[in-house]
Amino acid sequence: MSALLEVRDVTRRFGGVVANKDVSLTVRQGEIAGLIGPNGSGKTTLFGCITGTHAVDGGDILFEGRSIAHLRPAPIARLGLLRTWQQTRVYGEMTCAENMAISAREAQGGLLSLLGSVPASTRTRAGDLLAFVGLHEKRADKAGSLSFGQQKLLEFAMALMNEPKLLLLDEPTAGINPTLINGLIDRLRRANAELGVTLLVIEHNMRVIMNLAHRITCLAHGEVLAEGSPDEVRADARVLDAYLGVA
Amino acid sequence: MSRITDWHIMGALALAGIAGPLLLPGLATQIAFLWLMVVFALTWDMLGGRMGYNSFGNIVFFGIGCYAAAVVQRDAGLPYFEGLALGLLVGAAAAVLAAIVFGAAMLGIRGHYFAIGTLGLGIAAGEIAAGWDYVGAGSGMALPLYPGELGSRELFFCYSLFALAALCFLVFRWLYGTRFGLALNAIRDDHDKADAMGLRTTPIKIFAWSLSAFFLALSGGLAANMIGFIDPRDVAFAGATFGVWMVLMAILGGKGTLWGPVLGAFVFHITQELFWTYLLGWQRVALGLLIVVIVVFFPQGIMGWWAARRARAVS
Ligand SMILES: Nc1ncnc2c1ncn2[C@@H]1O[C@H](COP(=O)(O)OP(=O)(O)O)[C@@H](O)[C@H]1O
Ligand SMILES: [Mg+2]
Repeated sequence: MSALLEVRDVTRRFGGVVANKDVSLTVRQGEIAGLIGPNGSGKTTLFGCITGTHAVDGGDILFEGRSIAHLRPAPIARLGLLRTWQQTRVYGEMTCAENMAISAREAQGGLLSLLGSVPASTRTRAGDLLAFVGLHEKRADKAGSLSFGQQKLLEFAMALMNEPKLLLLDEPTAGINPTLINGLIDRLRRANAELGVTLLVIEHNMRVIMNLAHRITCLAHGEVLAEGSPDEVRADARVLDAYLGVA
Repeated sequence: MSRITDWHIMGALALAGIAGPLLLPGLATQIAFLWLMVVFALTWDMLGGRMGYNSFGNIVFFGIGCYAAAVVQRDAGLPYFEGLALGLLVGAAAAVLAAIVFGAAMLGIRGHYFAIGTLGLGIAAGEIAAGWDYVGAGSGMALPLYPGELGSRELFFCYSLFALAALCFLVFRWLYGTRFGLALNAIRDDHDKADAMGLRTTPIKIFAWSLSAFFLALSGGLAANMIGFIDPRDVAFAGATFGVWMVLMAILGGKGTLWGPVLGAFVFHITQELFWTYLLGWQRVALGLLIVVIVVFFPQGIMGWWAARRARAVS
């Protein structure tokens, strides 16, 4: 499998805080990669660096072999690299169906291409994907009126609507009703297997990530602590230390 | 029971727009101002209501339209209507150009900073016009006399402003039904998210402001001719009156809704006319109180208040 995303020695500071220090990781085409680490270890910051929200202070980021470290978020998204947020971001005053429609790939086109109504095929796909995450009944509701967990599901569906090549998910199960987590894991797997979306998932829940990811990278204090298969990472004493040490 | 649709309301308004000035010729000028207010509210709402950018500088585009018409009609040596038509075109083009330049410079600024920046824009424009001899400086400019027979002048401006308001409404209504309309709302609800989803937010925002500028400039050219005289600070760049009313009318009616700005313009203009008629001497005080009432009791506008009432009635 070839590398879809390569993060090379990325460093990012906030004032005196070094949130990412020489972080390197690779996400291969077609896999589900996991990113773990205690709170404050720099996981979300790394997502910001990859998707252009944060300028990197050092290192390089390659997507499909091409450097994207200097690009702004929108051009990066148009290359097929999307993220979701830990705190969720949806368009609160718009309905779920509208949130989906404006997340379609064709909405990234130029001005002229926006001067038409939402195509029927897009509406259908939006409906299908809303059904896929279990929100079809809510399609006419304002996104802002959904619960936190439902907003997370909507944000996931919006990302899929965009048909990304690589999707970065920041704690997709946080705030989701525990009884629904298995269903969500199943959907992440199906998005990967059936829709062909490569995933890089930040996850706090060890059970979830061990179950889901093919390979895992563990951060601590902004640095890569360990990487490997779930079994290898689980067996790594430093990883256990990092988690137990904080808890 | 058949429901009232947009088309019913539009039909009724079209009828009123056409028959009104004929039935009430004495009110033709007031009705013309009403349509001007509708254009004001609609164009403000495109940014303020739909896109979440509260502009206090839209009056600049109106003023550009006023002055472009006055200058072209003074200097082009054309007969009245040809001069007016050319003046309107030049004004619209100049305003769109200004919106592109200001937009590129200012639409990257968010929130209150954008509002304050645009406020400065309006004030600066008034000061520049008031100091520029080519456009009459502080004494303003007189527009050429309307050539038609007595009474036809009022009807002409009444109908042309009605046509402009109708065109503006129909174009905006269509746009809000397209993906462009959704993109505006997306920018309003979460700009960073819209960027992160790959939307081309900068051209979208500039285009929206240019459209507002286009219709405002046309309204400026027509209004200048209707009033017959432009003062830099009291007519063309009248930020404290027209400039504030734009915002108030959209908020009063319900910003970000299809009918809110139209309704707001009607309620505001009629209330204001009544104040002038019945509270002479106190009309400014009454207007100030009206503003307070709008902000305190109708923060979501009449449309928002109505929707909340209906929602309560259902549940
Ligand atoms: N925008 C920011 N400004 C200042 N410091 C930040 C910012 N974002 C993150 N940090 C700091 O960077 C470190 C890593 O945070 P973060 O990437 O959110 O960790 P994680 O997602 O692993 O919990 C923390 O010390 C945090 O306080
Ligand atoms: Mg985080």
